[in-house]
Amino acid sequence: MKTIDVLLAEHPFFQGMAPGYLEFIAGCGRNVQFEPGRYIHREGQEANEFYAIRHGKVALEIFVPGRGPTTLQTLDEGDVFGWSWIFPPYKWVFDARAVELTRAVAFDGVCLRTKCEGDAQLGYDFMKRFAQMVAKRLDAVRLQLLDVYGTVERR
Amino acid sequence: MAEAPTGVQTPASAARHAAQRPPAGLLPASFRVTSRRRETRDTFTLELVPVDGGPEIRFEPGQFNMLYVLGVGEVPISISGDPGRPSTLVHTVRSVGAVTRALCALRKGDVVGVRGPFGSAWPVDAAAGHDVLVVAGGIGIAPVRPILHRVLAQRARYGRVVLLYGARTPADLLYTRDLEHWRSRLDAEVQVTVDSADRTWRGNVGTVATLIGRAPIDAEQATAFVCGPEVMMRFVAIALQQRGMAGRQIFLSLERNMTCAVGLCGHCQLGPYFVCKDGPVFDLPRVRPFLTVREM
Amino acid sequence: MKTRVFQREGLQPLLEALAEQFDRIIGPTVRDGAIVLDEIASDADLPAGWTDDQQPGRYRVGWRDDEAVFGFAAGPHAWKRFLAPPDVRIWTVRRDAGRLQFEPGRTVPRRDAFVGVRPCDLAALDILDRVYLQGPYVDPGYQARRQAIGIVAVNCTAPGGTCFCASMGTGPRAGAGFDLALTELVGDGRHEFLAEAGSARGEGWLDKVPSREASADDRAAAARALEEAAGRMGRRLDAEGLGDLLYDHLDHEAWDDVAARCLTCGNCTLVCPTCFCTLVEDRSSLGGESAERWKRWDSCFSREHSYIHGGYLRASGRSRYRQWMTHKLAGWHDQFGTSGCVGCGRCITWCPVGIDITEEARRIRGAEGTPAAERIRS
Repeated sequence: MKTIDVLLAEHPFFQGMAPGYLEFIAGCGRNVQFEPGRYIHREGQEANEFYAIRHGKVALEIFVPGRGPTTLQTLDEGDVFGWSWIFPPYKWVFDARAVELTRAVAFDGVCLRTKCEGDAQLGYDFMKRFAQMVAKRLDAVRLQLLDVYGTVERR
Repeated sequence: MAEAPTGVQTPASAARHAAQRPPAGLLPASFRVTSRRRETRDTFTLELVPVDGGPEIRFEPGQFNMLYVLGVGEVPISISGDPGRPSTLVHTVRSVGAVTRALCALRKGDVVGVRGPFGSAWPVDAAAGHDVLVVAGGIGIAPVRPILHRVLAQRARYGRVVLLYGARTPADLLYTRDLEHWRSRLDAEVQVTVDSADRTWRGNVGTVATLIGRAPIDAEQATAFVCGPEVMMRFVAIALQQRGMAGRQIFLSLERNMTCAVGLCGHCQLGPYFVCKDGPVFDLPRVRPFLTVREM
Repeated sequence: MKTRVFQREGLQPLLEALAEQFDRIIGPTVRDGAIVLDEIASDADLPAGWTDDQQPGRYRVGWRDDEAVFGFAAGPHAWKRFLAPPDVRIWTVRRDAGRLQFEPGRTVPRRDAFVGVRPCDLAALDILDRVYLQGPYVDPGYQARRQAIGIVAVNCTAPGGTCFCASMGTGPRAGAGFDLALTELVGDGRHEFLAEAGSARGEGWLDKVPSREASADDRAAAARALEEAAGRMGRRLDAEGLGDLLYDHLDHEAWDDVAARCLTCGNCTLVCPTCFCTLVEDRSSLGGESAERWKRWDSCFSREHSYIHGGYLRASGRSRYRQWMTHKLAGWHDQFGTSGCVGCGRCITWCPVGIDITEEARRIRGAEGTPAAERIRS
């Protein structure tokens, strides 16, 4: 069985991170596995964790009254998800559900926050990775918002 | 004195009686609808054959025809059939205006006018020896379908073959039978994503551009064929270049107001190009300067 | 090729010679307060003694103080109206025996003699030839009409305030593309035409006109008149490298400025001798069993010009003016190997708000290599 820091080194999110840091934050992580259909977290629950997907597919959902659970986005191997643990009030905004058997590294948010606060260099490196991921996700969502495939009938 | 410089190469009397039959392309030929299949709520696939069993329309992937409905009008529609089977014309039409509505309402046995084929082709043969990445969005799957027919018919000539296809919802996916068929092949990769879905959808949700990062291709030598709404193509082009592809490896199919289809009416211009005859397929470097200029 | 001189009185026999070979003679004539192009019955229909005053957004006819027959600049009509008419039936279709029977709109062209074609307009005909005849698809109607015409050009000795053919290299002297080219020599008790044949046909027409051999003095007088005309152009356009310049400045603020004045009326495209955009109109029978398709002049200033399902690509006036001007001065070079502008000045004269293409081009050019201070002053 590979140790957490080795798993992280293979994950695109952590690509190029100094080995010392990998080891350091690996201490906050643990291996997790979710059966298909299982919720990983629910809207409104306390956000304690952050996940790096190693394998599988996760759907971010929201429940729309009258329409039911609606998938906003799916995430796959190589993606990370969960950033509600960074800022107060540390509550999940969406549901996350495993669509397929999903293996991930789950990080303890309090542990990560403490390490980042304690080592500004690590915190900066970590937050830069987060910002890049969030920006990319935001671009994609903006494009989704455009509803480019929608029919607009004018004449 | 060899000839008059005013272009009067023939005596005026001869010019008066010169045949006025327009060359191929200007006058439609009569085609009969042999099949009409509902793809989605607003999109239908028509199969057409020449009424008089006349000459089949040979076409290259990426080209389009002008379809005419008597008394309603004419529209450009890309050819979606198998270039290896030119005896039947296949057109997938989305009902968005008066003419496309009339086309979608046609029944088996109805007759339409067809001019074509027109325009430039996807350089499918030039991609031989390399990976082929097809990226389609919405109705943009229709103009790229002939690429897949051609490439899969000559599978050994190509490297990896990948289709990334984005649609609005699972119910908006076209050619679902083809998708299942292609996906079942061991030598082609099909990834589908939608903008939004309910619980019954077990596939990807997100824009098609998000699939590019993981597409199993060798970016350095692959050829990408991209078709969809212009905004989507711009984002896809960015993602492909982030993957390491050069502009000249990326081909787009553009849509403009094509009325005459032969470069004479002036409507479909984009900068120096007539999209109807210089396009609709362009490599990215040719059109890149104009794609980000507003209202070009 | 012959060059001869004939007296003012020789115009009528020339027209008669043309009448023998052509169905109609089309030439300049005064109508509705303008010098237009229409059918000419005799030399009395030509605008002898008339001239025009042309400025941005202004056109007035007036009298000359001599009897010059061609003493005016290009009027509102361009010759395209006879070769690519504003309204043409391109096909007829009827439902018959389980098929659609398409019949091309037949063009049995009238044989027209064009009299008084200015060098700028001759250049415009060459440009239309490139558009309609030299691409992968030939316009059969244009081809038939074009093959049936004869051309008597008249070099320009009376350029107007909006003319700039000299800077476009298209005038004031006709280079080629005519059967006969005249230069009117008027003044000092003289009223003659120097006539250069450009084809065997043209020589034949000249043979029917009482004339004498052109002397060195005659040629010199014509050359002088044209040289003077070149110096009297009201405007100039620096076309050097203009295409790239426009493409490099597609987001220049000058487009906003012109858009604030442009009414998007499309007058410029209608009077332009090279604008060729057309739309189609389907006219169907009440029973729906037959229909006709008509091709009509269109303008890139109309919103519908850029329609694709879901909207209009060029919704703003800014983008439409930019489309027109960049097509004319940039795109045309890529598409047809020539500028789309011949310097006739019609678009300037007939613009209701006097937008001047030479001035707009200068503004964009001012963006490059000119110090900002100078840019602000101009």
